[in-house]
Amino acid sequence: MTNGYHIVVCGSIVPDPLQTLEPVPTPTGPALKNEMMLPAVLDPWAAHALYEAANLASKVAGSKVWLVSVGPKAKLQQVMMTIAQRVSFELVPIDSSASGFADAHSTAALLAETIQSIAGLDRSRLLLFGGWESASRGAGATMQLVGERLEILDQFQGVDQLRVLDDAQADGSFEVLERIEGGRHQVSVCPGPPALFGWATGNLPEPRNNPQVGMANMRTVMPALQRAKSVPLPAGGLHFLSASPPKQQRQTRMVKDLSAEQMAQEIAEWIGK
Amino acid sequence: MSPSILFLAHVSEAGNTLPKISYEVLGAALKLTKQLGARLTIGLIGSDVADAAETVAAAGADRILAVAAPDFATARYASDAAAAEALCRAARAELILAPATSRFMRVLPGVAHRLNGCVDTHVTSLEAVNGELCAARWYYRQRIEGVIRRDARPWIVLLESGCEAAWSESALTDTARSDTASARASGAAKVEEIPVTLPQAATRTVVSGIRAPKSDAQTIRPDANLLFVAGAGWTKKQADGKPHVDQAETLILDFLRASGASLGGSKSLVDQTGESQAVLGFMTHLNQVGQTGSTPRHPKGLSTCCHGEEPHVVGWRFINERRAVNLDPNCGWARGKADVLYVADAFEVMAKLNALLVQRGRTSPEAALQGT
Repeated sequence: MTNGYHIVVCGSIVPDPLQTLEPVPTPTGPALKNEMMLPAVLDPWAAHALYEAANLASKVAGSKVWLVSVGPKAKLQQVMMTIAQRVSFELVPIDSSASGFADAHSTAALLAETIQSIAGLDRSRLLLFGGWESASRGAGATMQLVGERLEILDQFQGVDQLRVLDDAQADGSFEVLERIEGGRHQVSVCPGPPALFGWATGNLPEPRNNPQVGMANMRTVMPALQRAKSVPLPAGGLHFLSASPPKQQRQTRMVKDLSAEQMAQEIAEWIGK
Repeated sequence: MSPSILFLAHVSEAGNTLPKISYEVLGAALKLTKQLGARLTIGLIGSDVADAAETVAAAGADRILAVAAPDFATARYASDAAAAEALCRAARAELILAPATSRFMRVLPGVAHRLNGCVDTHVTSLEAVNGELCAARWYYRQRIEGVIRRDARPWIVLLESGCEAAWSESALTDTARSDTASARASGAAKVEEIPVTLPQAATRTVVSGIRAPKSDAQTIRPDANLLFVAGAGWTKKQADGKPHVDQAETLILDFLRASGASLGGSKSLVDQTGESQAVLGFMTHLNQVGQTGSTPRHPKGLSTCCHGEEPHVVGWRFINERRAVNLDPNCGWARGKADVLYVADAFEVMAKLNALLVQRGRTSPEAALQGT
């Protein structure tokens, strides 16, 4: 690959996993109570996709990474203060709802339209990255819908590894490992871009904060956030009849006074039942 | 005109049957067909679907359609999308039910777009209420359950495993068996092949195989009765001020061998691999259970050395019976997340438990195998 890849990462924001989430009804469907007050993070799987994108771009000269992120502008700004310190990217923000209750089809349409409008994006060199699911809607459908709109036929989901085969015969093909049932991976070889990768966890650790990267990123992040237009997200024919947290609360029996042997005996009997 | 339902399935890797979850979805499809007075079509994808079609021939579908050719043997997005699209168009169904296998999760959202329809995944129940279809699924990683309906058709619904009883021919009543026998005799179960010609662009990707741990090193067992979760505590300093990772590995692997359990891990434990800390060699991100991991479905779960915080426990949503071993009586499991919490040192309890299971295995092989 002589000209490098154009890697577009789709990544939204989600409430910090440690927060308690409570649904509340609104005229447009359910929402989270105090949603704007909840601290947010970049969706964990999308974050892995971003780190993998940055890692790949750093190895292939001429590559560039865009992060297309949907969310309320203020929340995006908060999350970017952290994420922008980790890897280099150009932010393409979309000021819209990041709610898990939003319709995947509407979100995908918005993402596809935005990606198509990125100046200088070469679709023949495009690698579309994202999380294979999100920690909000958790549908595992949005990326495929975006891919279809961009007419990408080589799509992979649950990706844990993307390796550029750079030996003479391979001619820059990718070897892709996708998660399948039973803790296994399906191995595929794709000749190159355009292709779509919905990432699972990958193999990279979370990059350390680098203030220099952060300063370089923020030069483009802040103006991009200021320019971001507010876009309403249509319901897309999706109607919620209810949204509620699980009611089941177990009556936990605390066992403190038994010996390890007695506990083991009790567990063994329970397993055998 | 009565509504039309398409039950869509692909053949299993063995090639002669459908994945187990498919029969559960077929059960759901038959139930809805009856409730709505609908017509049922079965659509199959694979290299050769003849044997798999036989396993569902008695289900009483109006038609069985298939896209069958060597090009459709493996799970590749472009070819699977073309096959599923062709079947959906041929069936002209308003509702398309499919199992949430990795193969269909990859491809059916894209097919919904091609059909100008809609898709919902990870659905845990689908019911007709006053003639209207309502689907239940979880949001925010099993923290909020939503019930939805959709205006758009066709509506593709991918159902999760463990939500419906699996359909089987042997469960049919005598009358139903007689009906399906006569239907089969009249040729209703005949497979109609739908021709699909793949463009060159759809065959760019080549599936070259499956990579799996050696059978004796495979710790993820989706069909096991028990999920065994190891938390980060296994690699921390113990009472003597030192970590005992080797001992932890031995205890956990011995337990998995003796009980046939499937191994899960907390995020904090599996993340240690990337942080250059002492790690359990067999634990990978594939084992991770919770908010950013899997949500496995086993009847029972035993957690050890894991604090039971909410981001981890959301992965236990479909584990019915839960027990935990932890030194901290105030851990998350104590707050209504487990049925029983053993406040004890997991190293000691697991050593005793392994000895008991081995002893039982010697005296009664059946007892030892109950957990598998």
